[in-house]
Amino acid sequence: MSEAAVTENGPARGLEGMVDDWSADKQAYHVPWGKAMMWLFLVSDTFIFTCFLVGYLNVRMTTTAPWPNQSEIFALSFGGDPIPLILIAIMTFVLITSSGTMAMAVNYGYRRDKAKTFWLICATAFFGATFVGMQVFEWSKLIFDEGIRPWGNPFGAAQFGSIFFMVTGFHGLHVTCGVIYLMWVAFRVKRGYYDNKGYEIVEIAGLYWHFVDLVWVFIFAFFYLL
Amino acid sequence: MAYVPLADQDKEMEMHHPHNWVEEYVFSQDHKVIAIQYGSIAVFTGIVGLTLSVLFRLQLGFPESVDFIDPNFYYQAVTMHGMIMVVYFLTALFLGGFGNYMIPLMCGARDMVFPFMNMLSVWTFLISVIILMASFFVGGGPTGAGWTLYPPQTAMEGTPGHDMGIVLMLISLAVFIIATTMGGLNYAVTVLQYRCRGLTMMRLPLTVWGIFVATVLALFAFPALLVAAIMMLFDTLLGTSFFMPAVIEAGQPLDHNGGSPLLFQHLFWFFGHPEVYIVALPAFGLVSDVLSTHARKNIFGYRMMVWAIVAIGGLSFIVWAHHMYVSGMHPYFGFFFATTTLIIAVPTAMKVYNWVLTLWEGDIRLNAPMYFAIGFIFTFIHGGLTGLFLGNVVIDLPLSDTYFVIAHFHMVMGVSPILVLFAAIYHWYPLMSGRMFNEKIAKLHFWLTFLGAYAIYLPMHYLGFLGVPRRYYVLGETDFIPMSAQDLNAAITIAAIFVAVAQLLFFWNIIWSLKHGKKAEKNPWGSASLEWQTPDLPPKHGNWGEDLPTVYRWAYDYSVPGAHEDFIPQNTPESVEPTVDTEHFDPDHDQSKADI
Repeated sequence: MSEAAVTENGPARGLEGMVDDWSADKQAYHVPWGKAMMWLFLVSDTFIFTCFLVGYLNVRMTTTAPWPNQSEIFALSFGGDPIPLILIAIMTFVLITSSGTMAMAVNYGYRRDKAKTFWLICATAFFGATFVGMQVFEWSKLIFDEGIRPWGNPFGAAQFGSIFFMVTGFHGLHVTCGVIYLMWVAFRVKRGYYDNKGYEIVEIAGLYWHFVDLVWVFIFAFFYLL
Repeated sequence: MAYVPLADQDKEMEMHHPHNWVEEYVFSQDHKVIAIQYGSIAVFTGIVGLTLSVLFRLQLGFPESVDFIDPNFYYQAVTMHGMIMVVYFLTALFLGGFGNYMIPLMCGARDMVFPFMNMLSVWTFLISVIILMASFFVGGGPTGAGWTLYPPQTAMEGTPGHDMGIVLMLISLAVFIIATTMGGLNYAVTVLQYRCRGLTMMRLPLTVWGIFVATVLALFAFPALLVAAIMMLFDTLLGTSFFMPAVIEAGQPLDHNGGSPLLFQHLFWFFGHPEVYIVALPAFGLVSDVLSTHARKNIFGYRMMVWAIVAIGGLSFIVWAHHMYVSGMHPYFGFFFATTTLIIAVPTAMKVYNWVLTLWEGDIRLNAPMYFAIGFIFTFIHGGLTGLFLGNVVIDLPLSDTYFVIAHFHMVMGVSPILVLFAAIYHWYPLMSGRMFNEKIAKLHFWLTFLGAYAIYLPMHYLGFLGVPRRYYVLGETDFIPMSAQDLNAAITIAAIFVAVAQLLFFWNIIWSLKHGKKAEKNPWGSASLEWQTPDLPPKHGNWGEDLPTVYRWAYDYSVPGAHEDFIPQNTPESVEPTVDTEHFDPDHDQSKADI
């Protein structure tokens, strides 16, 4: 019977700890099932977004028409001169902030402070919803004001609109699902559903949320800056 | 971070107790029922795929005599046959069927970690099959673009099913991927996190290893297909140009410009090559267990077998472009991918040697599962060797898109996994049904299938060398193909019909034995692995009765010197049968030898 070797200083760390974990019986990782599953799902999801981004880079190379100038298209004017990327900067700021509130919610969850956990998750979901709302605004501006469609646009390569709507749409779908998921978790936190089961679920939801944020950083860099 | 201590993981398990017939057999959360449901749906689609293959073989063998097959239908049949067999039949049957049935039993678990999600997985899979089958009934019929769905031809007017057929195919694939992801997350986490006491990863049967690594491959490879499907759906429905270059059709330029057909091929094969191993690795695992049990010998080189599975899984992600040597990609890519392709032959050959060495001097019991398992070694060596031809760029160029390719991949990922499926179904039939099958009919089934498969595919190698191209509706007159090639085609068709009809023996045997088969005694093959040690046969919901088992040894203690029987079940304590120290085992100085 080889349980994971536990030394006087607790479980071994680093490479040795990894070998211990993998050669143990019962379980390979000292995490709840749901968390292991979420990690695996996120790696799988990483492959999806990677394929999308590789596809984006590829069609940007193959298309013969010039690529539109993003700093003009994504500019927004508040009465005066248009400011490049201002909307997207605010959106990114909102989403990163939501990661902060999510991290705090995880912390308060483990402290079993139900009220604070509930409100912090709600705040996270609110920021997420705000992000999606601003994305709707951005899309409608691109579609109705600038005339950008998935199949073509007046600024250059048709693939610009195709890949932009597809990838940001797919990400927006992730954020929307995340908001619904967070609301569900928040509701159950308030009801005290996790008092017996433990509050790992808040961290699992948090893992998903941070992942969606991280993906946004890459989309931001690839679509708006590159 | 303050984790709640996880004293006994089993407490996390929330068993669903069915209240009525529907919850027990239809919307069941029991992994065994789900496995049978998955398997049945997969076998049903497989029968559709088999029927299609007989139809297009009729056209190829007797082009003059079958008026009801026009070129469009021929292409649709070929396309649907390929996609059904690879994705909806083999993948679903190995992962959804055998993965579901074997993983919890072999891991000593009560069920999958999330039974509800497991149930969702099988129903999502059913929806994807319904969408796929619906494409037969829409206007224009199913897509006829070839199972690889290469653009731009998928969207061209001349391709059958270019409007609704392809859309339904892509949606069905996307739904299938959702189903596989839900199932796959369950399988992988169950193997990692829900093994019983004493069951370390290196004591798992190779079946679990094969299915586990294949599941991980599925989780990382299917995303590429999902992305390709979404992009192609956009191309078809929204008029985008991801995969569509500027095309002139019938003198008119299409509304597309600047896309990259090669991108689709890369995405497709980044999924497509691991897919080969998603099918092959579970087959490797299952056949290892069948061989070891019926040879009454431990599997030769267990650790090497495990690492070979892991190595093949890893390498399978960096060989995809060997399907694209003639696509016009950069020639240096061909050099890289030929090298990695040939490297993958090393762990694969190791596995073949180990199977043969497992048989060496074994106390072989030649029953039906063993017939199929040994038959698999033949067909797999055969298909593997032709793979070496096609892996080399210079040899592949003339052979590409000929019947040689068809012969190769049908031997290696058609016939071989299917022989393993038969071996596995016969081997575990007593466990699943509690009855024995008819041994004589099963052996007859083996000889007809095995010899028939050779009668179909051996001549195809020759046709390939002649240069007969694949996917041609009819073989016209050419300078380089002799007329006798058509006679060979007719012979292949006759063999194909023969083999297809012979499968009725299998279905009859399986169904008849459910009711009339001899009642199986407990552990009828004398197997050491855990799935046969359940208190009930077939195992009940929850598998293990009151207490979860404890494992004291690996799954391959056969013919251990000094043991009471010629096998020691995994859950036999050391106090009853001492564990053999395999690393310092010296048969010449074995004290217990006197007992034998």
